[in-house]
Amino acid sequence: MTSTPASTAGSAGSAGSAGSAGSETIARTRTVAPGTRARGPQRRIVKRLTPYLFLLVPLVLLITFTYYPMVKMFWYSVTNWDGVSPVQKFIGPKNYIEIYTRPELFRVFLVSLYYVAGSFVQMALALYFATILSFSVRFKSLFKGILFFPYLINAVAIAMMFLFFLRPGGALDAILHVAHLGGLTQQWLGDRAVVNFSLAGVSVWRYMGLNFVLFLGAIQSIPAQIYEAAELDGASKWQQFRYLIAPGIRPIIGLSFILAIAGALSVFEIPFIMLNGANGSETFVIQTVRLAFQNQKFGLASASAVVLLLLVLLVTWVQRKLVPDEKVDLT
Amino acid sequence: MSTTAATRVAEPSGSIAKTRRDRTHIVRGRVAVLLKYVSLCVGCLTAMVPILVVFFTAFKTSAEFKSTEAFAPPRDWLNFANFGEFFAKAHVPAALFNTAFIMVISIAGTVLIGSTAAYALNRFEFKLKRLVVGLFLIATLVPVITQQVAVFPLVVSLNLYDTRWSMIVLSVGTDIVSLYIFMQFMQGIPKELDEAAALDGANHVTIFARIIFPLLKPAIATVVIIKGVFIYNDFYTPYLYMPSLSVMSTSLSRFRGPYGTRWELISAGVIVIIVPTLVLFLFLQRYIYNGFTSGSSK
Repeated sequence: MTSTPASTAGSAGSAGSAGSAGSETIARTRTVAPGTRARGPQRRIVKRLTPYLFLLVPLVLLITFTYYPMVKMFWYSVTNWDGVSPVQKFIGPKNYIEIYTRPELFRVFLVSLYYVAGSFVQMALALYFATILSFSVRFKSLFKGILFFPYLINAVAIAMMFLFFLRPGGALDAILHVAHLGGLTQQWLGDRAVVNFSLAGVSVWRYMGLNFVLFLGAIQSIPAQIYEAAELDGASKWQQFRYLIAPGIRPIIGLSFILAIAGALSVFEIPFIMLNGANGSETFVIQTVRLAFQNQKFGLASASAVVLLLLVLLVTWVQRKLVPDEKVDLT
Repeated sequence: MSTTAATRVAEPSGSIAKTRRDRTHIVRGRVAVLLKYVSLCVGCLTAMVPILVVFFTAFKTSAEFKSTEAFAPPRDWLNFANFGEFFAKAHVPAALFNTAFIMVISIAGTVLIGSTAAYALNRFEFKLKRLVVGLFLIATLVPVITQQVAVFPLVVSLNLYDTRWSMIVLSVGTDIVSLYIFMQFMQGIPKELDEAAALDGANHVTIFARIIFPLLKPAIATVVIIKGVFIYNDFYTPYLYMPSLSVMSTSLSRFRGPYGTRWELISAGVIVIIVPTLVLFLFLQRYIYNGFTSGSSK
């Protein structure tokens, strides 16, 4: 930042002194002084370069850590590289064919469906709590805080907490016994048929708060006078929800959908920390990370990363087509 | 609540027929209010019970943990033995130092880089602007975790593997949300301020440093909070890139295998990790809500 581009002629008063009208007129006459015109072309070049100088570091970082790896990833995906050896042999679309033809590599996508389903539950709950808390409620901020807080908790802490909570004979089983529902106890994490429901449940527990706060923010940005007018006109709470709240938060719901689907495709932390992807809980990302960092199949892993990237871009594109250009503004 | 309030307001002007209708309204309203609070309490219990169970367990001795119900409170609330053991075995002071070191430098870097980039994109018109904005926009869509397949060899070749700088460089270099927060906020700062300063002879660096940056304070607060929570909670970056250095989150994940059955010890670890977040949340609630609502809609 030592370069001082586009400095105007004349001795500069400190920037903070943009005060009285008098000093401003003096400054104005100074800028049009003939001296400036003489250095015109040079000044114009400096002026044209200014935004690039400000953008230099961010752009270098963006290209180095996002776009360069992305290009590399496309290249790795058509090689048989193991991540270590200096040789990266080109093998064409073989990795992609392998992903497509080996059913166990593609089946992990089915696991995402549990999380997609979970995110629907999550959004319904979030919408419900956001709606009732947008009307007057006692202890509003306490309720809001408790419902939101899980979102802030460290993923490792959540994983450990639920390993403990869901273990056989753990707290969940104990609660079910107290509620005389002992028959419902399961091997929450040990049974292949149940494990993904449990993990999707943990995911709902973790992310509901964010959705809830987003929805609540959107609802509260609808001006209060509109509710008052509706109430005077005799609109019921349901009618207020149906005709005022629902249309008002449609954009944020659309956005949440796309975030939920992209999120469900790239679930990683919770099943990885809790079970290391065992027991049928392996997701696409866990599989990719395992292929690369445990089986040294960087080529194949890169191919699956490319597949995921394209899927996410596709989902985004579809969403943009379905809900064209809706502005989400919560601030 | 508001239903009863509304009917109360309506009462004085109402006829007899109207009051009767109001009465059924009141009854129905009371049931609705009751259901409302019941559902809120159920929701809050669901959010709290897993944390409470862990909290209780953290204060129990090994024998007590095995012999009592999961949600029986501990016999001795002052039994900090598990916390002591966790601090020693998980090397918590070292993990705390690493986490703080990484957080401070990354956050400072993010604020500086995000705000300068936003200044350039918001205050200048230039040829490649659309391209640059597009590059930043598309980057938000890339799933970060699978990118690591290609980022990993890069970090190794930059000689950053297994150093704190790997995490710093990655969290500064791949942050785009903060750029959007700064850009959004900068739109609200009138351009006349810049122009007035320019007329006074200030150059762009001065304008940015003396006028724009100080006005960005609320946006900076938002970025600091979002970024801080993100780095503190990040698991896969330290897990992949600094296997022999602990931060708070990986210090706990290492307990999963060897101490897998020492739940009272693991519980203490969970509480140790949650407490800083909880304290921050209690003090900065309002900023946190604003931060996450403006942060995730970008």
